[in-house]
Amino acid sequence: MSKHHIKVTVNGTVHEADVEARLLLVHLLRENLNLTGTHIGCDTTSCGACTVLLDGKATKSCTVFAVQADGSEIMTVEGLATNGALHPIQEGFRESHGLQCGFCTPGMMMCSVALLAENPNPTEDEIRWGISGNLCRCTGYMNIVKSVQYAAQKMQEKA
Amino acid sequence: MIPPHFDYEAPASVDAAIKLLGSNPDAKILAGGQSLIPLMRFRLASPAMLVDLTRIDGLSYVKEDNGWLKIGALTCEADLERSDVVASKYPLLADTARVVADPLVRNRATLGGNLAHADPANDHPATMLAYGAKIVVQGPKGERTIPVGEFFTGTFTTALDSKEILTEIQIPAAVKSSGGAYFKLERKVGDFATAAVAVQITLEGGKVTYAGIGLTNVGDMPIKATEAEKALMGNAPDEATIKKAADLAAAAAQPTADHRGTEAYKRSLVKTLTNRALHKAIERAKGGK
Amino acid sequence: MTDKADVHGLGHPMKRKEDARFIQGKGNYIDDLKLPGMLYLDIVRSPYAHARIKAIRTEKALAIPGVLAVIDGKTLDGYKLAFMPTLSNDTQMVLPIDTVKHQAQEVCAVVATERYIAADGVEAVEVDYDPLPVVVDPHKALLPGATKVRDDKESNLIWHLEEGDKEGTDKAFNDAATRVEQDIYIPRIHVSSIETCGMVADWDAVNGHLTLHMTSQAPHVIRTVVALITGHLGLSEEKIRVISRDIGGGFGGKVPAYPGYIIAAAASVVTGHPIKWIEDRSENLQADSFGRDYHIKAAMAANKDGHITAIRMNVVADHGYADAAAQPSKFPAGLFNICTGSYDFKHAWMEVDGVYTNKPPGGIAYRCSFRVTEAVHAIERMADVMAHELGEDPAAFRMKNFIKKEQFPYKSALGWEYDSGDYHKALQLAMDMIGYDDLRKEQAEKRARGELMGIGISSFTEIVGAGPSKQFDIVGLKMFDSCEVRIHPTGKAIARFGTKSQGQGHETTYAQILAEELGLPAEHIQIEEGDTDTAPYGLGTYASRSTPTAGAAAAMAARKIREKATKIAAHLLEASEKDIVWEDYNFHVKGVPGKTVSMQDIAFAAYTNFPQGLEGGLEAVHYYDPPNLTYPFGSYICVVDIDRGTGEVKVRRFVAVDDCGVRINPMIVEGQIHGGLTMGFAPALMEEITYDEDGNIHGGTFMDYLLPTAMESPKWEVGETVTPSPHHPIGAKGVGESPTVGAPPAIANAVVDALWHLGVRNIDIPMTSAKVWEVLNSVGATLES
Repeated sequence: MSKHHIKVTVNGTVHEADVEARLLLVHLLRENLNLTGTHIGCDTTSCGACTVLLDGKATKSCTVFAVQADGSEIMTVEGLATNGALHPIQEGFRESHGLQCGFCTPGMMMCSVALLAENPNPTEDEIRWGISGNLCRCTGYMNIVKSVQYAAQKMQEKA
Repeated sequence: MIPPHFDYEAPASVDAAIKLLGSNPDAKILAGGQSLIPLMRFRLASPAMLVDLTRIDGLSYVKEDNGWLKIGALTCEADLERSDVVASKYPLLADTARVVADPLVRNRATLGGNLAHADPANDHPATMLAYGAKIVVQGPKGERTIPVGEFFTGTFTTALDSKEILTEIQIPAAVKSSGGAYFKLERKVGDFATAAVAVQITLEGGKVTYAGIGLTNVGDMPIKATEAEKALMGNAPDEATIKKAADLAAAAAQPTADHRGTEAYKRSLVKTLTNRALHKAIERAKGGK
Repeated sequence: MTDKADVHGLGHPMKRKEDARFIQGKGNYIDDLKLPGMLYLDIVRSPYAHARIKAIRTEKALAIPGVLAVIDGKTLDGYKLAFMPTLSNDTQMVLPIDTVKHQAQEVCAVVATERYIAADGVEAVEVDYDPLPVVVDPHKALLPGATKVRDDKESNLIWHLEEGDKEGTDKAFNDAATRVEQDIYIPRIHVSSIETCGMVADWDAVNGHLTLHMTSQAPHVIRTVVALITGHLGLSEEKIRVISRDIGGGFGGKVPAYPGYIIAAAASVVTGHPIKWIEDRSENLQADSFGRDYHIKAAMAANKDGHITAIRMNVVADHGYADAAAQPSKFPAGLFNICTGSYDFKHAWMEVDGVYTNKPPGGIAYRCSFRVTEAVHAIERMADVMAHELGEDPAAFRMKNFIKKEQFPYKSALGWEYDSGDYHKALQLAMDMIGYDDLRKEQAEKRARGELMGIGISSFTEIVGAGPSKQFDIVGLKMFDSCEVRIHPTGKAIARFGTKSQGQGHETTYAQILAEELGLPAEHIQIEEGDTDTAPYGLGTYASRSTPTAGAAAAMAARKIREKATKIAAHLLEASEKDIVWEDYNFHVKGVPGKTVSMQDIAFAAYTNFPQGLEGGLEAVHYYDPPNLTYPFGSYICVVDIDRGTGEVKVRRFVAVDDCGVRINPMIVEGQIHGGLTMGFAPALMEEITYDEDGNIHGGTFMDYLLPTAMESPKWEVGETVTPSPHHPIGAKGVGESPTVGAPPAIANAVVDALWHLGVRNIDIPMTSAKVWEVLNSVGATLES
């Protein structure tokens, strides 16, 4: 099978690769680019552990082909911190105990970043609705909500 | 988990896409991919070629034009959710868009894909039946418009020819005193409907002058509950009339027993959901939210 | 001097030390590991639940560029690796020689250069099957003439177990004023941790050394078991290393040794390359990590004052095609005998039949504490059934029948000695928090209007911390656990444990125990688990045992260090050892204010200025053999509203009062409770794995195995009481599984409570809207009725 030459910008860095059409975006990130912070938790587009920002939109990267992301900008969990300073969402998850095993966490955070970009001051119910595509087994979601609320407050303070 | 190999093309125009579809009998359209890619990952679908429509400009829009709400086929569900005109004047469509799958899937899943894939469990078909929508399609022989009542022909089958592309959906422009609602019972957020009902009505002088009722996932195709619609037409939407319509909608359902429930349960759900959706639609027609 | 405020010992809600890597996407999960020359393993699985394998054709697979080998049972049999022992003294197949016994069972495995090619290889392998009759109903499996699931066994009965006082119980039932009986089925469910199981097996042919990087909650046990089953091939335990780094959730599903692990290890030895095997979610759901599947006939007797006098439980336990339950060896039905619950009565009798069926093997997983979920569900449902039967308020009934605080330590009718408890206090707090009396009033008003509202209580006694060496072992290995701690010259420390966290926060909580005992800031105590080359031997983390065993070991090791430190303190303070006191995290000379040294001072002196005759350094190891289990408890109250139109059960409120003794880190305890509650809610309303009569699974992907999202999961309200364990060095009991144990019966009781006046006595979980509607329909209570 022929390969496709693609160019993707991930966390601000441009990468080029020759990939099979069938390569899933999540594997491009994890295998080709060694960004293993984005995780795989299922095979039916159900769990959201693979969530990244694709051109600013929270996207399940297991259900996109890498070739479809040619020319796009992607942000993964590795791109959240800037110059070593944690993103408020990362701080929020730490301060509010929003993670236990940590496996769903990158996806939760990326989804939350997009959520807050669109709705900077969400209610609890809006947060629960916004993360309803991301599954967690450890936390019962209570502190994930608090983590997002923490980040929302922090980001409004900065603004 | 891992899809099979395929040839991949990402044309820049509808015409180029049509030519590619014509070039390979085993070619399939890729839009949002949120139905197709999961099938391919389980190797339940192995098209030899994917024609990716998402590089084609000008297929994602929501605009009122000439008596119709026109929606580009590549408009994603999230954009429908965000659209002010949809939220303010097309509540049935707004309700439907927000319960397709989950918020992440909705960032890529397209309205055109939801209709073209024609899974009887998909949400928009019933809604388009309730609206009396029109489907605009382009193919090697040019453009044609298919009334939605003729569009769904079977389970996963539509009136689309294998070389045709669904390009636009047209919904009759909202009129005063109209309202709609989509009530879906799902086992959890992200599931398909155990049953769902789409209702669109117009009131004039206290009487129903338009009634559209569509049923999701209670048959091998989306169902237009014609008898239920007739029971509403020309009548005041009082409790007795609503109940009658709900009964007729339930009678129109052809549910199959499965893990979501028995036939009796699904039929009963259609009755309950039709009743509730009608109340909501009427409330909205009278100016409520 | 050490400042109290810096220690962050017991009770401090300090932020977790492990979070830094997780929030930056720098966790070390198994699929993150890449080794040079690594190959990929993928598995061909049977579509049939029971079938003879007529032929396996591999030519098409081997013709794919990059596919290197196909391993089958015959190949493994050549190395005597086609079978492996289970943790319950049974045998299961690694790869079949000629017959498969459950749908999705491993048939053969493809090794390839890339993950995607391995998947192509699996598709290309052709297998011819001869389907055989399938056994899925364990009751039918016990009937004479039933198809035998196992060719190597006499019948489908694995074992029969009886416990308790049959005669006394029978008499109590005969004499009872009121008897109630209920059939309760607790279906199969699946842990579904967001990370599936996986391994990178790395055989170093030069040094004859096998490293197994894997998702294991019990690395040492795996190492020993692998050593035992590969001994004949020349591998020995010191040449095997198991490394579990970060695990994305375990919940019991990552305790057993699964066939994929053994195949991957064998493949690494055969190819000389590291081999990566990562399960897909479908494989995970369909082949491993299940819990429950208990068919219970429960009965309860009460005297004319409404006091419980006896219980009887008859259980059929569906274990799948092999008894691979990961539980202590002397307890084939786990700790089901905690089914006497929180109540004081004299007579109990239980019998359990373990049965083979054509389903995946297992049974112990999903936060069950070794069948305590099943036991508590049964007793708490029966308590409610009896209360309703007697026309008594379920809370009052429980208060009347609870074991009283003064009765602890309490010997139960089935032989457990409960360490401590104050059940009345917990239930009262829960009732106060939820406004119980007002809710009952509201319920009566709603009932009069035909609205269905229910209130359900679950007052559970848990039993965790396995366990005392007298009774507890896993494949013969006694269930102690361990801590080894070493303090550096500058007063910082490293401690290693025999347990393995999969999200429980051990890097923080163990540091806090040690901080409390040593007077060193928790921030400066590094915690390690999971590498069998360096960690002291332990039995792993599951069944809420870590705090009760390894947490105790930490305290004991620290106290050994304090003993030595006292000598050094005496030396530094020029005082007699008997005049040294440990107070406020420092050593003082009794009665001489100002003569103080900190543990930091001691640490430095341990390397630079220790008394003659004393060994240098400052470290200790302790293997803790718990004298008893611990008995966390709680009372949960759930309020539900049932939609008569759709059958939906909405949890309006849920108050959970937990008592896990001393709380090391309240923030972490609360997080565990939230998560455990959601994992109790899910089986009550949504999750279920079933099989049709051909053994085809339903619930084999997340499309049909329904995990709650943030939308379904209720907004938990939590409270606490603290009744320390009298025998645990820091009074802690463990908590992770309590909420998963306690929640389902609270919800089930609420739903039945809502419908009792209509004649409904029981609804088996999951109480889906479809199931509830059918019940409403049968009693004429739907909206249309």
